[in-house]
Amino acid sequence: MSTPFIPGPHVFHLDWVAEADRIAKWIVDVLARRLHRRGLVVAISGGIDSSVCAALAVRAVGANKVFGLLMPERDSSAFSTGRGRELAAHLGIAHEIFDIAPTLEALGCYRHRDQAIRRVFPTYGDGWKNKIVIAGGLKGGINYFKLVVAGPDGTQQEARLPLKEYLQIVAATNFKQRIRKTMDYFHADRLNYAVVGTPNRLEYELGFFVKLGDGAADIKPIAHLYKTQVYAMARSLGLPEDICNAQPTTDTYSLAQGQDEFYFALPHAQMDLALWSSNHDVPAPVLGAALGLNESQARRVYDDISAKRRAAIYLHAAAETLGADKEENHLNAPVCTVGRTGGC
Amino acid sequence: MDEVKAAVRRLIEENFFIGAGGIALADGDSFLDHHVLDSTGFLELIGHLEEAYGIKVKDDEMIPENLDSLDNVARFVARKRGA
Repeated sequence: MSTPFIPGPHVFHLDWVAEADRIAKWIVDVLARRLHRRGLVVAISGGIDSSVCAALAVRAVGANKVFGLLMPERDSSAFSTGRGRELAAHLGIAHEIFDIAPTLEALGCYRHRDQAIRRVFPTYGDGWKNKIVIAGGLKGGINYFKLVVAGPDGTQQEARLPLKEYLQIVAATNFKQRIRKTMDYFHADRLNYAVVGTPNRLEYELGFFVKLGDGAADIKPIAHLYKTQVYAMARSLGLPEDICNAQPTTDTYSLAQGQDEFYFALPHAQMDLALWSSNHDVPAPVLGAALGLNESQARRVYDDISAKRRAAIYLHAAAETLGADKEENHLNAPVCTVGRTGGC
Repeated sequence: MDEVKAAVRRLIEENFFIGAGGIALADGDSFLDHHVLDSTGFLELIGHLEEAYGIKVKDDEMIPENLDSLDNVARFVARKRGA
């Protein structure tokens, strides 16, 4: 009797050098044949995804045709800019550090966010920190969001967010990704370059991005790679050790916040296995065996993936028209991702 | 209970365009299974219940058994108001 197949980290293995070469060749092909741009702008966060994208961009077109942008703001971790600088130096690319906090301040990003927070925690003010965490879903309940705040003495409080406050906090913080994208395109237009989007497969498929913010780009070279594969690619590309070990964070809220707290509900290695299993029609009990969950917990993971896919439809959608984009489908061309070369 | 069901049905039909999509929602149909409500939709529903019926929905009450159909919502509200 054969041993039943249980998905594990082995399903993510690739020939990393061959895959890096395939992506680099594809980037050049897309730039030359589709986008007609002369180089690439990459916003560098200091995290693993943007670091791998920048390294692949350099592999594709050379360091002298890649421009890096570091765009910290008031809530960014100090590690982000440090690692971003280290990456730019490692790759030998031109880069600029542009503090977007004054722009965000002028737009009311922090003010609108803090107004909503104070409706939940009236004493919230200067010196306080905040984050949003996801709750409920994997315990058999309905997904909801909690607001966590910490006072200047570090004491934390948390409360479920009502809809209006949740939407206002998210809308305000989305300014951050959208202003960064505005700067990406300023430099892309100035240099006649294309903009690289840096989502991995979890983010791309499950909608962990801001529409017209970090979701906007001309080319998304790692959207087909699971997060586990992005880490492996980083090591294969010889990126600095602290970047290879960088843990996924949102770097959007002032309290430290893992992506699994905010969106995915499972650590990335488990979420990768769950998404891979969903994409390969692996039955829930087998996924459960892979993740150490019982069958009903595994079903809830699949339900959560389905719900996120539905939510991602809006995020991916171009503007709807009454057929204007159907006659000439290149008018509303999708963003280029590896594997979709023919269609974009 | 019928009054709660009618009010929630109206809220869903008016705010989520369910009628326009041609979806007929039976009293026992799951909002989740029929893709009627997503997580923000449930927050909207809870806001409505708390405001309209003067109840407070606790975190551990945010479960499908209480909120995931017109029948479940009506039973839940009746229980909370009677408590």
